[in-house]
Amino acid sequence: MRFSALKILKEGLTGNRGWAPHWRDPAPKPEYDAVIIGGGGHGLSTAYYLAKNHGMTNIAVLEKGYLGGGNVGRNTTIVRANYGLPGNSEFYSHSLELWEGLEQDLNYNVMHSQRGIINLFHSDGSRDAAARRANAMVNQGDDAILLDRDGVRKLLPYLNYDQERFPIRGGLYHPRGGTARHDAVAWGYARGADQRGVDLIQNCEVTGIDIEAGKVVGVQTSRGVIKARKVGMVVAGRSGQVAAMAGMRLPIESHVLQAFVTEGLKPCVDHVVTFGMGHFYISQSDKGGLVFGGDIDFYASYAQRGNLPTAEHVIEAGVTLMPMIGKAKLLRSWGGIMDMSPDGSPIIDRTDIDGLFVNTGWCYGGFKAVPASGWCMAHLMATGQPHEVATRYRLDRFETGRGLMDEEGTGAQHNLH
Amino acid sequence: MRIDCPLCGPRDRREFTYQGDALALDRPDPEAGFGVWNDYLHNRDNPAGPTRELWYHDSGCTAWLVVTRDTVTHEVHRVELARDVKEAGK
Repeated sequence: MRFSALKILKEGLTGNRGWAPHWRDPAPKPEYDAVIIGGGGHGLSTAYYLAKNHGMTNIAVLEKGYLGGGNVGRNTTIVRANYGLPGNSEFYSHSLELWEGLEQDLNYNVMHSQRGIINLFHSDGSRDAAARRANAMVNQGDDAILLDRDGVRKLLPYLNYDQERFPIRGGLYHPRGGTARHDAVAWGYARGADQRGVDLIQNCEVTGIDIEAGKVVGVQTSRGVIKARKVGMVVAGRSGQVAAMAGMRLPIESHVLQAFVTEGLKPCVDHVVTFGMGHFYISQSDKGGLVFGGDIDFYASYAQRGNLPTAEHVIEAGVTLMPMIGKAKLLRSWGGIMDMSPDGSPIIDRTDIDGLFVNTGWCYGGFKAVPASGWCMAHLMATGQPHEVATRYRLDRFETGRGLMDEEGTGAQHNLH
Repeated sequence: MRIDCPLCGPRDRREFTYQGDALALDRPDPEAGFGVWNDYLHNRDNPAGPTRELWYHDSGCTAWLVVTRDTVTHEVHRVELARDVKEAGK
């Protein structure tokens, strides 16, 4: 089934009886060429690109719950390529290019909206940092415009320009940044993988990883043993538990990041706006809800919900920046589990166990990485070699100290990012 | 989340700063090698369930605490002075 305007028109006129399920619900086979643990955004895109780019179609995605039921359904949907360091810069640039062709590639409406992102700055120092970052982005081939105060005011007239504590001096404008419909991204990749023959197996929890003579041979699951010579661990907030099944400890600590949404309002916030000094960022969903968040709660957690102090801090920052949102009613808040790495950058690498690959450490920025993460993970699993835009995402960089990617310049230790 | 400081009594979480896994108390020998130091500095058990961690009571008595806490429920089971834990060699 292909989606098209003609198809929608035809179904609309014939009682919508021609729509089919977007993917099959197969039983697991006893053996695959490769299995991917984790049916979230990254796992599904890995499966899709393994099939599409590398012709590996005898593969399965094993998901303990339902597809897209983890972080890909809990994030704040922002897509951007505004990183400053080699390693991250080329990777997220590649990801943004994939985003721009994603809907045509998947034949799926992921509602990718390049509405632009503005990172505000408030002092000479933060202006210099923004200018440096903008230059890095432009050198990478992406777009960045340094706005002065009037330039920001033109785009964002509703901010409070009179506040004394963090006066708005300007912003780093990234026009190609924006948002996408997060669930549709998971569904689009799932459908694309399924159409190419990938088995998407839900309610199938991996309970063990079978290793013989230093090589992975398969996995134990709640639906029986599945043999595979290649296994990819793509489980974000559960990375530590899955890696432990292979006897590994990862440089990961899991933290909770909260997000919030208000009742639906008429269009008022046309961009993604970040207020880094106050730990607040916001965009408006296509349904009208103001979607916003801030920093992690800063303690280890698997709870998928946070505590009040962080909620209070985020909302205070939001009302300081744009007093008008004080009138909106908060509809709900939730938390997602972030796989925090010591330097704040991700890991896509082999492990010491032959055939076992790891994809983790996305911290609080995994959503925009979904296309390139799957692209690079698939390349690594199919060829055994890292993709050229992900060569620096090595697992051993913490042990050796070589190639650390600390965007914030705070150090490569836990609890600093 | 409230933490029962042994010196100050039960206090709001806002008064405390999380300082990471309590394995920081077991500093390896300087010559222990890269692997051991990598485990100490970077690799974590990262359990979903009870864990022992360091918290600093910075808006209170400034004591360093070892807090036994559940990462799934946020329940605080036990709070000890880090000094006592260190001296007891636990």
